[in-house]
Amino acid sequence: MADQESAQAHTLDLVLDSCLESVDSAEEATLREAKYLAFDDDEMHNIGIAVRECMVNAVVHGNRYNARKKVHVKITRAADRITVVIADEGDGFDPDAVPDPLASENLLRFSGRGVMLMRAFMDEFQVSPREPKGTEVRMVKYKPKQ
Amino acid sequence: MSVKLTTRQVGDVTVVDAAGRITLGEGASTFRDSIRDLVAGGHKKLLLNLAEISYIDSSGIGELVSGFTTVANQGGTVKLLNLTKRVQDLLQITKLYTVFEVFDDEAKAVRSFA
Repeated sequence: MADQESAQAHTLDLVLDSCLESVDSAEEATLREAKYLAFDDDEMHNIGIAVRECMVNAVVHGNRYNARKKVHVKITRAADRITVVIADEGDGFDPDAVPDPLASENLLRFSGRGVMLMRAFMDEFQVSPREPKGTEVRMVKYKPKQ
Repeated sequence: MSVKLTTRQVGDVTVVDAAGRITLGEGASTFRDSIRDLVAGGHKKLLLNLAEISYIDSSGIGELVSGFTTVANQGGTVKLLNLTKRVQDLLQITKLYTVFEVFDDEAKAVRSFA
C-alpha cells in the first residue's frame, strides 16, 4: 500500500501558526488537493470537516494557541487517496480518554465530538505520539471507486 | 461568511433565520451571544431555521446543544427547522436527532409549541 501511495504521490508540507486562521489554511489546502481525486461535494465537505476538527484540536488543545509552537501539516495526494497528517507540539493526547459523545449522559455536553467526526468522515484515522513532543494524527480518504 | 442571524416573531414563537457558517471562532460566538440575548429578552420558544446554514463543525454543534440547554434551563424550548442534508447527517452521527425536535414545515413547527 505504501509503495502504491508513493508511486505517484504529490506532497505538500505546511508549517502553520497556532491560530484559527491556520485551521482555514489547512482545510483549503487539503480541499485543493482533494479536488484532483474527483470526490463529490459531500465527500469534499466531509474531508474539510475532518481536517478542520483535527486542526482545531492541534491549535486549541495541543498547542493551546502558543505562538512559539507550530502545527505541521503534510498533505499527500496519490492516485487513489489523499492522506493528511497533522501534528502539534503539545503535551500529548489520548483519543481513548475522550468520553463517548454518544453515551446518553454525554449527549448534551458542549464539546468532545471532534474525534468522532474525524473517524466518521475519513477511511483511516490513527493517532500517535510525535517525537520529541506532541501528537500526530494521520487521516486517509480513498478515492471513490468508479 | 460567518453566521448571520435574523429574528422574526410568529405568534409567541421566535423564529431565528440563520445563514452562513457556525464554526469555532466568530460564527460560534455570534450564535451563542444571540441565543443568550434572546433568552435574556424573555424569548423562550425558539425555532432555529437552519435552511441557509452552509457549514457547521463540532463547535457549532456544541453551540446548538448549549443553546438548547440554556433555553431549557429557563423553562423554554428550542426546535430546529429546515435542516440541510449535511446538518441532518451531523445530527444523526452525533445522535442529536434524539435531543432536538426537527421540522421541515414552519407552520407545523410553530403549532407544535402550543
